Amino acid sequence: MSTASHSAVLVTVMSAVTVLLRFLPFLVFRKKIPAYITYLGRVLPPAIIGMLVIYCLKDTAVTAAPFGAPELIAGALVVALQAWKRNALLSILSGTAVYMLLIQLVF
Amino acid sequence: MRTLTARKAFLKSLPVMGGYVVLGMGFGILAHNAGYGMPWVLAMSLLIYAGSMQYVGIGLLQGGASVLITAVTTVMVNARHLFYSISMIGRYKDTGKYKPYLIFALTDETYSLLCDGKAPEGTDPDLFCFLVSLFNHCWWVTGSLAGALLGGVLPFSTAGIEFSMTALFIASFTEQWITMKDHLPALTGLFSTLACLLAFGPERFLIPAMLVITLVLTLLRNRTAAGREAAS
Repeated sequence: MSTASHSAVLVTVMSAVTVLLRFLPFLVFRKKIPAYITYLGRVLPPAIIGMLVIYCLKDTAVTAAPFGAPELIAGALVVALQAWKRNALLSILSGTAVYMLLIQLVF
Repeated sequence: MRTLTARKAFLKSLPVMGGYVVLGMGFGILAHNAGYGMPWVLAMSLLIYAGSMQYVGIGLLQGGASVLITAVTTVMVNARHLFYSISMIGRYKDTGKYKPYLIFALTDETYSLLCDGKAPEGTDPDLFCFLVSLFNHCWWVTGSLAGALLGGVLPFSTAGIEFSMTALFIASFTEQWITMKDHLPALTGLFSTLACLLAFGPERFLIPAMLVITLVLTLLRNRTAAGREAAS
Protein backbone atom coordinates (compact mmCIF):
# COMPACT_ATOMS: atom_id res chain seq x y z
CA MET A 1 0.00 0.00 0.00
CA SER A 2 1.39 3.41 -0.96
CA THR A 3 1.42 6.55 1.17
CA ALA A 4 -1.73 8.66 1.43
CA SER A 5 -0.24 11.52 -0.56
CA HIS A 6 0.89 9.26 -3.40
CA SER A 7 -2.55 7.62 -3.42
CA ALA A 8 -4.16 11.07 -3.63
CA VAL A 9 -1.96 11.89 -6.63
CA LEU A 10 -2.98 8.62 -8.34
CA VAL A 11 -6.71 9.28 -7.73
CA THR A 12 -6.26 12.75 -9.23
CA VAL A 13 -4.48 11.29 -12.27
CA MET A 14 -7.21 8.67 -12.80
CA SER A 15 -9.88 11.37 -12.53
CA ALA A 16 -8.11 13.84 -14.84
CA VAL A 17 -7.37 11.25 -17.54
CA THR A 18 -10.95 9.90 -17.44
CA VAL A 19 -12.40 13.42 -17.73
CA LEU A 20 -9.98 14.25 -20.55
CA LEU A 21 -11.00 11.12 -22.50
CA ARG A 22 -14.68 12.01 -22.17
CA PHE A 23 -14.16 15.64 -23.26
CA LEU A 24 -11.56 15.13 -26.00
CA PRO A 25 -13.90 14.21 -28.90
CA PHE A 26 -16.11 17.21 -28.12
CA LEU A 27 -13.06 19.48 -28.28
CA VAL A 28 -11.45 17.90 -31.37
CA PHE A 29 -14.43 17.18 -33.64
CA ARG A 30 -16.33 20.43 -33.39
CA LYS A 31 -17.54 20.39 -36.96
CA LYS A 32 -17.30 17.19 -38.97
CA ILE A 33 -16.39 13.73 -37.70
CA PRO A 34 -14.15 11.78 -40.14
CA ALA A 35 -15.77 8.60 -41.53
CA TYR A 36 -12.97 6.45 -40.11
CA ILE A 37 -13.64 7.73 -36.57
CA THR A 38 -17.37 7.11 -36.95
CA TYR A 39 -16.56 3.59 -38.10
CA LEU A 40 -14.32 2.98 -35.07
CA GLY A 41 -17.06 4.43 -32.86
CA ARG A 42 -19.37 1.68 -34.04
CA VAL A 43 -17.06 -1.35 -34.02
CA LEU A 44 -14.82 -0.60 -31.03
CA PRO A 45 -17.40 -0.82 -28.19
CA PRO A 46 -18.13 -4.57 -28.66
CA ALA A 47 -14.42 -5.28 -29.25
CA ILE A 48 -13.43 -3.41 -26.07
CA ILE A 49 -16.03 -5.28 -24.01
CA GLY A 50 -14.48 -8.51 -25.31
CA MET A 51 -11.06 -7.18 -24.31
CA LEU A 52 -12.30 -6.33 -20.81
CA VAL A 53 -13.73 -9.83 -20.35
CA ILE A 54 -10.28 -11.28 -21.04
CA TYR A 55 -8.69 -8.59 -18.87
CA CYS A 56 -10.85 -9.62 -15.89
CA LEU A 57 -9.93 -13.27 -16.37
CA LYS A 58 -6.21 -12.67 -16.95
CA ASP A 59 -5.06 -14.03 -13.59
CA THR A 60 -7.14 -17.20 -13.74
CA ALA A 61 -4.86 -20.19 -13.20
CA VAL A 62 -5.81 -22.65 -15.92
CA THR A 63 -2.86 -25.00 -15.51
CA ALA A 64 -3.34 -25.79 -11.81
CA ALA A 65 -6.34 -27.04 -9.81
CA PRO A 66 -9.16 -26.06 -10.00
CA PHE A 67 -8.19 -25.16 -13.61
CA GLY A 68 -10.37 -22.05 -13.75
CA ALA A 69 -13.51 -24.05 -13.00
CA PRO A 70 -15.16 -21.38 -10.75
CA GLU A 71 -14.69 -18.72 -13.47
CA LEU A 72 -15.95 -21.10 -16.16
CA ILE A 73 -19.06 -22.17 -14.23
CA ALA A 74 -19.99 -18.68 -13.00
CA GLY A 75 -19.19 -17.14 -16.40
CA ALA A 76 -21.33 -19.70 -18.24
CA LEU A 77 -24.17 -18.99 -15.83
CA VAL A 78 -23.97 -15.25 -16.61
CA VAL A 79 -24.07 -15.95 -20.38
CA ALA A 80 -27.00 -18.36 -20.03
CA LEU A 81 -29.04 -16.09 -17.74
CA GLN A 82 -28.39 -13.04 -19.91
CA ALA A 83 -29.40 -14.90 -23.08
CA TRP A 84 -32.51 -16.22 -21.38
CA LYS A 85 -33.82 -13.30 -19.27
CA ARG A 86 -32.00 -10.30 -20.81
CA ASN A 87 -31.73 -8.78 -17.33
CA ALA A 88 -28.15 -7.63 -16.67
CA LEU A 89 -28.64 -7.11 -12.94
CA LEU A 90 -30.00 -10.63 -12.45
CA SER A 91 -27.13 -12.14 -14.47
CA ILE A 92 -24.47 -10.19 -12.56
CA LEU A 93 -25.89 -10.88 -9.10
CA SER A 94 -26.39 -14.61 -9.73
CA GLY A 95 -22.98 -15.05 -11.37
CA THR A 96 -21.20 -13.24 -8.54
CA ALA A 97 -23.08 -15.14 -5.81
CA VAL A 98 -22.31 -18.50 -7.44
CA TYR A 99 -18.65 -17.54 -7.88
CA MET A 100 -18.36 -16.53 -4.21
CA LEU A 101 -19.98 -19.79 -3.07
CA LEU A 102 -17.73 -21.82 -5.36
CA ILE A 103 -14.43 -20.33 -4.22
CA GLN A 104 -15.41 -20.21 -0.55
CA LEU A 105 -17.10 -23.58 -0.16
CA VAL A 106 -16.29 -25.90 -3.07
CA PHE A 107 -12.81 -25.28 -4.47
CA MET B 1 -42.92 20.11 -17.03
CA ARG B 2 -39.96 20.01 -14.65
CA THR B 3 -41.75 17.61 -12.32
CA LEU B 4 -42.72 15.34 -15.21
CA THR B 5 -39.16 15.45 -16.56
CA ALA B 6 -37.77 14.57 -13.12
CA ARG B 7 -40.22 11.69 -12.72
CA LYS B 8 -39.48 10.29 -16.18
CA ALA B 9 -35.72 10.63 -15.62
CA PHE B 10 -35.99 8.85 -12.26
CA LEU B 11 -37.91 5.95 -13.84
CA LYS B 12 -35.41 5.76 -16.70
CA SER B 13 -32.51 5.50 -14.23
CA LEU B 14 -34.07 2.70 -12.14
CA PRO B 15 -32.55 -0.27 -14.02
CA VAL B 16 -29.12 1.33 -13.60
CA MET B 17 -29.82 1.94 -9.91
CA GLY B 18 -29.81 -1.80 -9.26
CA GLY B 19 -26.58 -2.37 -11.14
CA TYR B 20 -24.80 0.65 -9.73
CA VAL B 21 -25.75 -0.03 -6.13
CA VAL B 22 -24.51 -3.64 -6.43
CA LEU B 23 -21.35 -2.85 -8.40
CA GLY B 24 -20.73 0.25 -6.28
CA MET B 25 -20.99 -1.87 -3.14
CA GLY B 26 -18.58 -4.36 -4.67
CA PHE B 27 -16.15 -1.52 -5.26
CA GLY B 28 -16.67 -0.09 -1.76
CA ILE B 29 -16.05 -3.48 -0.12
CA LEU B 30 -12.96 -4.09 -2.26
CA ALA B 31 -11.58 -0.64 -1.39
CA HIS B 32 -12.34 -1.14 2.29
CA ASN B 33 -10.60 -4.54 2.29
CA ALA B 34 -7.57 -2.94 0.61
CA GLY B 35 -7.36 -0.34 3.37
CA TYR B 36 -9.05 2.55 1.57
CA GLY B 37 -12.04 3.75 3.61
CA MET B 38 -14.98 6.10 3.11
CA PRO B 39 -13.13 9.33 2.15
CA TRP B 40 -11.21 7.49 -0.60
CA VAL B 41 -14.30 5.72 -1.84
CA LEU B 42 -16.28 8.98 -1.91
CA ALA B 43 -13.51 10.84 -3.75
CA MET B 44 -13.06 8.08 -6.34
CA SER B 45 -16.76 7.55 -7.03
CA LEU B 46 -17.42 11.27 -7.22
CA LEU B 47 -14.40 12.33 -9.29
CA ILE B 48 -13.42 9.31 -11.41
CA TYR B 49 -16.92 7.88 -11.82
CA ALA B 50 -15.88 4.97 -14.03
CA GLY B 51 -16.67 1.59 -12.51
CA SER B 52 -14.12 -0.71 -14.10
CA MET B 53 -11.37 1.90 -13.73
CA GLN B 54 -12.11 2.23 -10.02
CA TYR B 55 -11.83 -1.55 -9.56
CA VAL B 56 -8.54 -1.53 -11.43
CA GLY B 57 -7.54 1.65 -9.57
CA ILE B 58 -7.68 -0.06 -6.18
CA GLY B 59 -5.01 -2.46 -7.45
CA LEU B 60 -2.89 0.48 -8.62
CA LEU B 61 -3.23 2.27 -5.28
CA GLN B 62 -2.45 -0.87 -3.34
CA GLY B 63 0.63 -1.62 -5.40
CA GLY B 64 1.85 1.99 -5.26
CA ALA B 65 1.92 2.28 -9.05
CA SER B 66 3.76 5.17 -10.71
CA VAL B 67 1.94 8.20 -12.13
CA LEU B 68 2.85 7.14 -15.68
CA ILE B 69 1.55 3.57 -15.31
CA THR B 70 -1.61 4.93 -13.70
CA ALA B 71 -2.19 7.39 -16.55
CA VAL B 72 -1.52 4.79 -19.28
CA THR B 73 -3.74 2.21 -17.59
CA THR B 74 -6.54 4.77 -17.27
CA VAL B 75 -6.26 5.56 -20.99
CA MET B 76 -6.40 1.84 -21.87
CA VAL B 77 -9.29 0.93 -19.58
CA ASN B 78 -11.31 4.05 -20.41
CA ALA B 79 -10.45 4.53 -24.09
CA ARG B 80 -13.91 3.30 -25.00
CA HIS B 81 -15.31 6.53 -23.53
CA LEU B 82 -13.78 8.37 -26.50
CA PHE B 83 -16.22 6.50 -28.67
CA TYR B 84 -19.23 7.12 -26.44
CA SER B 85 -18.40 10.82 -26.63
CA ILE B 86 -17.96 10.69 -30.41
CA SER B 87 -21.40 9.24 -30.87
CA MET B 88 -22.98 11.85 -28.53
CA ILE B 89 -21.41 14.93 -30.18
CA GLY B 90 -24.57 15.56 -32.19
CA ARG B 91 -27.00 14.94 -29.33
CA TYR B 92 -25.15 17.07 -26.75
CA LYS B 93 -24.27 19.88 -29.15
CA ASP B 94 -26.77 22.48 -27.94
CA THR B 95 -27.30 21.46 -24.34
CA GLY B 96 -25.90 24.74 -22.96
CA LYS B 97 -25.28 24.85 -19.23
CA TYR B 98 -25.85 21.09 -18.86
CA LYS B 99 -23.15 20.18 -21.39
CA PRO B 100 -20.03 19.95 -19.15
CA TYR B 101 -21.76 17.68 -16.64
CA LEU B 102 -23.41 15.58 -19.37
CA ILE B 103 -19.98 14.90 -20.87
CA PHE B 104 -18.35 14.28 -17.48
CA ALA B 105 -21.02 11.76 -16.47
CA LEU B 106 -21.07 9.76 -19.73
CA THR B 107 -20.43 6.29 -18.26
CA ASP B 108 -21.14 2.96 -19.99
CA GLU B 109 -24.55 2.68 -18.33
CA THR B 110 -25.59 6.32 -18.83
CA TYR B 111 -24.52 6.05 -22.46
CA SER B 112 -26.61 2.91 -22.89
CA LEU B 113 -29.68 4.73 -21.50
CA LEU B 114 -29.26 7.95 -23.51
CA CYS B 115 -27.60 6.88 -26.77
CA ASP B 116 -30.89 6.46 -28.64
CA GLY B 117 -31.28 10.24 -28.29
CA LYS B 118 -34.98 10.01 -27.36
CA ALA B 119 -36.60 11.80 -24.43
CA PRO B 120 -40.16 10.99 -23.30
CA GLU B 121 -42.94 13.18 -24.68
CA GLY B 122 -43.68 16.36 -22.74
CA THR B 123 -40.29 16.53 -21.05
CA ASP B 124 -37.45 19.00 -21.44
CA PRO B 125 -34.99 16.77 -23.37
CA ASP B 126 -31.80 18.43 -22.10
CA LEU B 127 -32.97 18.48 -18.48
CA PHE B 128 -34.03 14.84 -18.93
CA CYS B 129 -30.52 13.77 -20.03
CA PHE B 130 -29.01 15.85 -17.21
CA LEU B 131 -31.21 14.26 -14.54
CA VAL B 132 -30.72 10.69 -15.79
CA SER B 133 -26.95 11.32 -15.64
CA LEU B 134 -27.23 12.87 -12.17
CA PHE B 135 -29.45 10.10 -10.75
CA ASN B 136 -27.01 7.46 -12.05
CA HIS B 137 -24.10 9.30 -10.45
CA CYS B 138 -26.03 9.37 -7.15
CA TRP B 139 -26.70 5.60 -7.29
CA TRP B 140 -23.03 4.94 -7.92
CA VAL B 141 -21.82 7.12 -5.02
CA THR B 142 -24.50 5.74 -2.66
CA GLY B 143 -23.68 2.13 -3.52
CA SER B 144 -19.95 2.54 -3.11
CA LEU B 145 -20.32 4.37 0.23
CA ALA B 146 -22.65 1.63 1.46
CA GLY B 147 -20.03 -0.94 0.44
CA ALA B 148 -17.26 0.89 2.29
CA LEU B 149 -19.51 1.16 5.36
CA LEU B 150 -20.65 -2.47 5.31
CA GLY B 151 -17.29 -3.90 4.24
CA GLY B 152 -16.13 -4.33 7.81
CA VAL B 153 -19.33 -5.58 9.39
CA LEU B 154 -20.81 -8.03 6.89
CA PRO B 155 -21.42 -11.36 8.65
CA PHE B 156 -20.07 -13.37 5.70
CA SER B 157 -16.84 -13.48 3.74
CA THR B 158 -16.78 -11.23 0.69
CA ALA B 159 -14.02 -13.20 -1.06
CA GLY B 160 -14.90 -13.39 -4.74
CA ILE B 161 -16.95 -10.14 -4.80
CA GLU B 162 -14.55 -8.88 -7.49
CA PHE B 163 -16.22 -11.29 -9.91
CA SER B 164 -19.08 -8.75 -10.14
CA MET B 165 -16.94 -6.75 -12.59
CA THR B 166 -16.20 -9.84 -14.70
CA ALA B 167 -19.91 -10.71 -14.63
CA LEU B 168 -20.79 -7.17 -15.73
CA PHE B 169 -18.59 -7.41 -18.80
CA ILE B 170 -19.70 -10.96 -19.65
CA ALA B 171 -23.34 -9.83 -19.42
CA SER B 172 -22.68 -6.77 -21.66
CA PHE B 173 -20.77 -8.96 -24.10
CA THR B 174 -23.65 -11.45 -24.26
CA GLU B 175 -26.24 -8.68 -24.64
CA GLN B 176 -24.29 -7.05 -27.48
CA TRP B 177 -23.81 -10.45 -29.10
CA ILE B 178 -27.59 -10.97 -29.12
CA THR B 179 -28.49 -7.48 -30.36
CA MET B 180 -25.76 -7.05 -32.99
CA LYS B 181 -25.93 -8.96 -36.23
CA ASP B 182 -22.24 -8.57 -37.03
CA HIS B 183 -20.10 -10.53 -34.56
CA LEU B 184 -16.77 -9.73 -36.18
CA PRO B 185 -15.91 -6.74 -33.90
CA ALA B 186 -16.73 -8.69 -30.72
CA LEU B 187 -14.69 -11.71 -31.87
CA THR B 188 -11.82 -9.43 -32.86
CA GLY B 189 -11.74 -7.99 -29.34
CA LEU B 190 -11.89 -11.38 -27.67
CA PHE B 191 -9.28 -13.20 -29.75
CA SER B 192 -6.82 -10.33 -30.28
CA THR B 193 -6.73 -9.84 -26.51
CA LEU B 194 -6.35 -13.56 -25.83
CA ALA B 195 -3.47 -13.76 -28.32
CA CYS B 196 -1.78 -10.74 -26.71
CA LEU B 197 -2.27 -12.20 -23.23
CA LEU B 198 -0.50 -15.39 -24.32
CA ALA B 199 2.24 -13.49 -26.16
CA PHE B 200 2.97 -10.69 -23.66
CA GLY B 201 1.82 -12.09 -20.30
CA PRO B 202 -0.78 -10.76 -17.82
CA GLU B 203 1.17 -7.61 -16.86
CA ARG B 204 1.85 -6.11 -20.27
CA PHE B 205 -0.79 -7.25 -22.75
CA LEU B 206 -3.38 -4.45 -22.53
CA ILE B 207 -1.61 -1.85 -24.69
CA PRO B 208 -0.63 -4.34 -27.45
CA ALA B 209 -4.19 -5.66 -27.37
CA MET B 210 -5.67 -2.17 -27.95
CA LEU B 211 -3.29 -1.63 -30.87
CA VAL B 212 -3.97 -5.04 -32.43
CA ILE B 213 -7.75 -4.56 -32.08
CA THR B 214 -7.60 -1.15 -33.76
CA LEU B 215 -5.36 -2.50 -36.51
CA VAL B 216 -7.49 -5.59 -37.20
CA LEU B 217 -10.72 -3.58 -37.24
CA THR B 218 -9.11 -1.08 -39.62
CA LEU B 219 -8.05 -3.91 -41.95
CA LEU B 220 -11.53 -5.47 -41.70
CA ARG B 221 -13.22 -2.21 -42.53
CA ASN B 222 -14.71 -3.52 -45.76
CA ARG B 223 -15.81 -6.80 -44.21
CA THR B 224 -17.76 -5.55 -41.18
CA ALA B 225 -21.40 -4.49 -41.50
CA ALA B 226 -20.60 -1.02 -40.09
CA GLY B 227 -17.78 -0.54 -42.60
CA ARG B 228 -19.87 -1.68 -45.57
CA GLU B 229 -22.74 0.63 -44.55
CA ALA B 230 -20.39 3.60 -44.34
CA ALA B 231 -18.96 2.79 -47.78
CA SER B 232 -22.31 2.41 -49.53
